[in-house]
Amino acid sequence: MSFNNLDSLYRQVIMDHYKNPRNKGVLEDGNLTINMNNPTCGDRIQLSMNVVDGIVTDAKFEGEGCSISMSSASMMTQAIKGKNINDAIKLSSVFSNMMQGKEYEDDLDLGDIEALQGVSKFPARIKCATLAWKAMEKGLKEEEQS
Amino acid sequence: MDILDIRKQFPILHQEVNGHPLVYLDSAATSQKPIQVIEALEKYYREYNSNVHRGVHTLGTRATDGYEGAREKVRKFINAKSTEEIIFTRGTTTAINTVAASYGAANLKEGDEIVISHMEHHSNIIPWQQIAKKTGAQLKYLPLQEDGTISLEDVRATVNSNTKIVSIMQVSNVLGVINPIKEIAKIAHENGAIMVVDGAQSAPHMKIDVQDLDCDFFAFSGHKMCAPTGIGALYGKKSLLEKMEPIEYGGEMIDFVELYDSTWKELPWKFEGGTPIIAGAIGLGAAIDFLEQVGLEHIAEHEHKLAAYAMEKMSTIEGISIFGPQDPAKRAGLVTFNISDVHPHDVATVLDAEGIAVRAGHHCAQPLMRWLKQSATARASFYLYNTEEEIDKLVAGLIKTKEYFSDVF
Repeated sequence: MSFNNLDSLYRQVIMDHYKNPRNKGVLEDGNLTINMNNPTCGDRIQLSMNVVDGIVTDAKFEGEGCSISMSSASMMTQAIKGKNINDAIKLSSVFSNMMQGKEYEDDLDLGDIEALQGVSKFPARIKCATLAWKAMEKGLKEEEQS
Repeated sequence: MDILDIRKQFPILHQEVNGHPLVYLDSAATSQKPIQVIEALEKYYREYNSNVHRGVHTLGTRATDGYEGAREKVRKFINAKSTEEIIFTRGTTTAINTVAASYGAANLKEGDEIVISHMEHHSNIIPWQQIAKKTGAQLKYLPLQEDGTISLEDVRATVNSNTKIVSIMQVSNVLGVINPIKEIAKIAHENGAIMVVDGAQSAPHMKIDVQDLDCDFFAFSGHKMCAPTGIGALYGKKSLLEKMEPIEYGGEMIDFVELYDSTWKELPWKFEGGTPIIAGAIGLGAAIDFLEQVGLEHIAEHEHKLAAYAMEKMSTIEGISIFGPQDPAKRAGLVTFNISDVHPHDVATVLDAEGIAVRAGHHCAQPLMRWLKQSATARASFYLYNTEEEIDKLVAGLIKTKEYFSDVF
């Protein structure tokens, strides 16, 4: 693997989200807060979301981790805002399939998220990318059941 | 010590990873295995695989001789008085858990104290947390000096007549510090406490003499010292082991089994319930033969040289922080570091693209990471097969990493 292959992992848009994270912080009026960490590497995220009538109206994240985990969190918060719970959870399973190199529905507009596709070729880094998504899925599933 | 000749004996080193010759700098996580060990395992499985201590048949006798022969090698390796004091375990973790669950459960009560340090590996923290909760004993942490070392004044201030157990790692897997175990053991004993040593990072790299250290228990893992995974040993003073209860019950470890009660075998077998790790022990024996042939003192000297060389070269990289004592004389063969603005996972991924294997993460030492105020760090660790040329490659890789990340930003 040369540095050219690394470019398939560290795409410019990923680096942009890492350096200039969107939705960084804590939602003062959020009604869902999920803390999650990756015990094998020390990455951690605190995700706060506001869900009103089944719609994610706002989302923010705090945390520390590598470029992949933090940019993925930034993109995820961007992607779920305005989505209803089902669509957000569906997007999470699309993302999970993408990470595992499986076929995924491409009729959804993935936007920046598509840049993370390269992570699937770096098995050791998949958990970095999925951390924020797992937090989102956990929070929304709990919300759905309550 | 002829490094090229040593490298020839490690088949795994002779491969390319991602188009580059493998540079394996993760031996503190697990070491590579020399051909002597691989062949010993193969020979056992091809020629004399059999259960030990039971069959009258020839293979059973050979397997028993191999297994018990390995115990004698371990005894000699750490200079224990007798093979009764050597218990084969799955590794350091199982060994420390055995001490906590058996000795700890029988000897701790409310008001007693267990002393560990801020630099410990999780395997020397959690067994004590759990037994403290069960017995009502209190867990106390030795503070660290600014450079990550332990001061004996702090040991004297922390250990007192309430202290029943002191458990400290001999070499830190993150800071590379070599702790003054003999002196700490002396303070523990003056206060009536026992001394437990986590030797996971020391036994592979330096001559161990448990009688000279005067420790009560010493735990180490085979896989970090050229042996297979799944085998390690617990040394314990006979006088203590004799009074301790087994923590695993079943086959192998019994003397008489009645309907409602049983008695145990003598030492060390009462602690080895179930079919033991026969192949692993034989592999550990072969690894000890190999290391002793090279000479532990030569290995230690080589690693000190590599660490000093790495510290010198790496410290020239702008924006690098190296954790632990800056004086190479105080260190074992590993360097833990961070590069400003680049997360250690990203460092490890870029180095991997160059064929260089380093560890990134919290190194199973979350309390120490908090003490260092780092969420994660990168670590390059060396063993007898590493060379200065490989460290040059690491340094070149780190410079490339920095350049790569400054380009993409």
